[in-house]
Amino acid sequence: MISADIQTMMPEIILALFAMGALLAAVYTTKDAMAPLLTWVTSGVFVLLALWIGTGTSQTVTAFDGMFNNDGFARFAKVVILLSAAAVLLMSQEYMQRRGLLKFEYPLLVALSVVGMMVMVSAGDLMALYMGLELQSLALYVVASLRRDSVKSTEAGLKYFVLGALSSGLLLYGASLVYGFSGTTLFSGIILATADGYSIGLLIGVVFLISGLAFKVSAAPFHMWTPDVYEGSPTPVTAFFATAPKIAAMAMFARVVHDAFGGIVGEWQQIVAFLSVLSMFLGAIAAIGQRDIKRLMAYSSIAHMGFALMGLAAGTAFGVQAMLIYMAIYVTMNVGTFAFILSMERDGRPVTDINALKMYSKKQPLMALVVLVMMFSLAGVPPLLGFFGKFYVLRAAYDAGLGWLAVAGVIASVIGAFYYIRIVYFVYFGEENDGLDGKMSPVLWITAVVTATIVGLAWVPGINLFGIEVVAQAAAATLVN
Amino acid sequence: MTVAAFTFYLFAITTVAGGLMTVISRNPVHSVLWLILSFLSSAGLFVLLGAEFVAMLLIIVYVGAVAVLFLFVVMMLDVDFAELKAEMAKYIPLALLIGVIILMQLGMAFGAWDYADAVAANIDAPKGTEQNTAALGLLIYDKYIMLFQLAGLILLVAMIGAIVLTLRHRVDIKRQNVMQQMHRDPAKSMKNIDVKPGQGL
Repeated sequence: MISADIQTMMPEIILALFAMGALLAAVYTTKDAMAPLLTWVTSGVFVLLALWIGTGTSQTVTAFDGMFNNDGFARFAKVVILLSAAAVLLMSQEYMQRRGLLKFEYPLLVALSVVGMMVMVSAGDLMALYMGLELQSLALYVVASLRRDSVKSTEAGLKYFVLGALSSGLLLYGASLVYGFSGTTLFSGIILATADGYSIGLLIGVVFLISGLAFKVSAAPFHMWTPDVYEGSPTPVTAFFATAPKIAAMAMFARVVHDAFGGIVGEWQQIVAFLSVLSMFLGAIAAIGQRDIKRLMAYSSIAHMGFALMGLAAGTAFGVQAMLIYMAIYVTMNVGTFAFILSMERDGRPVTDINALKMYSKKQPLMALVVLVMMFSLAGVPPLLGFFGKFYVLRAAYDAGLGWLAVAGVIASVIGAFYYIRIVYFVYFGEENDGLDGKMSPVLWITAVVTATIVGLAWVPGINLFGIEVVAQAAAATLVN
Repeated sequence: MTVAAFTFYLFAITTVAGGLMTVISRNPVHSVLWLILSFLSSAGLFVLLGAEFVAMLLIIVYVGAVAVLFLFVVMMLDVDFAELKAEMAKYIPLALLIGVIILMQLGMAFGAWDYADAVAANIDAPKGTEQNTAALGLLIYDKYIMLFQLAGLILLVAMIGAIVLTLRHRVDIKRQNVMQQMHRDPAKSMKNIDVKPGQGL
């Protein structure tokens, strides 16, 4: 029995063993001199594991007495997590090395946090969920303050840690209430316990649990940490925060509300819808005043999480499918955008002020086009990829009878379009000033151009969004049935 | 009064008295010693309950490690406890409030309590016939082995994190290099100079 369980969990075990082995190897040999190689190898391991998980078994297997699920939903989330983490690691290597931040622990901490994310999306038990969450968060707290000589980076790490601990407390309090009122921590047991009636205590537990989860996806009103942490962390770490952990937290959110509380959809639906509306509007409005592109991306991510939560609020299989599509598209756009942000520098120093982008199109016409595609896509302008993400979640909300939520989403999307388009305006029409110089490294250039091509051409009839619709549908079907 | 009841009251009274003395004794070292007595008698209570593993854990972890650590801290650090106690007086109302809340919670736990229908079945899971220690071992290392290993990974991350964020390789200090020391050649590291009178070096 145990060998079958281990078999099910093999990708996580391999990744954890790789991280530990690489740690030993680096400590006993050349230490930080090994870091660039280690970054590439870790990236390669991520891609290989993603291929393995993506092409492996297509059945639903549970292990460790139902504490660990390997189903289509988990596999979809894991593939997206692994690929985005691999892309971000590759992008960060050159940037970190040039600024003396590339310690050999960086790729290993990222690998360990990815192990945590994989456990999070597979968790079938409140305890397993918490373990995965803590493993992921703890590694992220450390990489947030990796630039330890900078006050801002230290502040980012500390803020993230304190607020993260608070959110873990909320989540654990909710989990203990749920356990107390259902007598089990297994999702499969909780859904049985709520099958015929539930008490008000369980409901309070659900509210606390969802608050803790909302903290992790940075949904308003639990978003306060996001702008500061995004701004203070080294930019590659910010890029990582904006991608893989978001998918993991969102997938975990979906799993908890459907696997454990699928029987009381009406109860959590209104909470998730509330979080969704608040995040969309806060993200759209608060970003308008931001001049720092990292803070701007933080508010942008809050708004995008609002849209993804809209899919979840639908409470249907189609809603989960829309959420998965939205997250995959969001990650693609963010990888591309951050590839560009990582290359923003003047005299060898990173620049994050958006005023520096003025008349960028004169210097780098191709990169300016990439920025244009990314910003229009983030704003949701058809026919770019970002539009399809919004289209799916809006349809899911409308089909589920949440017409008002869909209308609110459209309004927030229009408000949010302002600041994305302002960046495009700066790039093409702003007054010239001593903007950016420096060349992009090949990795960043390739990433930016490839993602821009994907984002720009996904609508072409033959490509059909790369078939993600079918895959996401199959993944959602294994979660909601 | 049976022997068990007598032992129970003995341990219970010692625990409560130990706790009280921990709070009110003037000398902080005495406080820690009273705390240890309190821990020891609660371990006795656990033995009476048939939870011998928890009792041993309490002695090993709390008495053996934590209390001794307290003792070291109290004796090593020069803390003015009189001043601390004066500060403490300000928070008495808050402390009382917390005490009352905990008391009410205890009351609630023995009073009315609503459960969902399936709870009783979930709590009444079949219990094995193993001893406590063996049963705990089966839980930790067999049923919850995944969680146990994940907890290990979390601790590993904490350790790596602490090192990454604090370790500095200082170059301005002299470190011992054993090989270098052993391979020093007396002929090279020392030379005789014939200093002429009145000249110096």
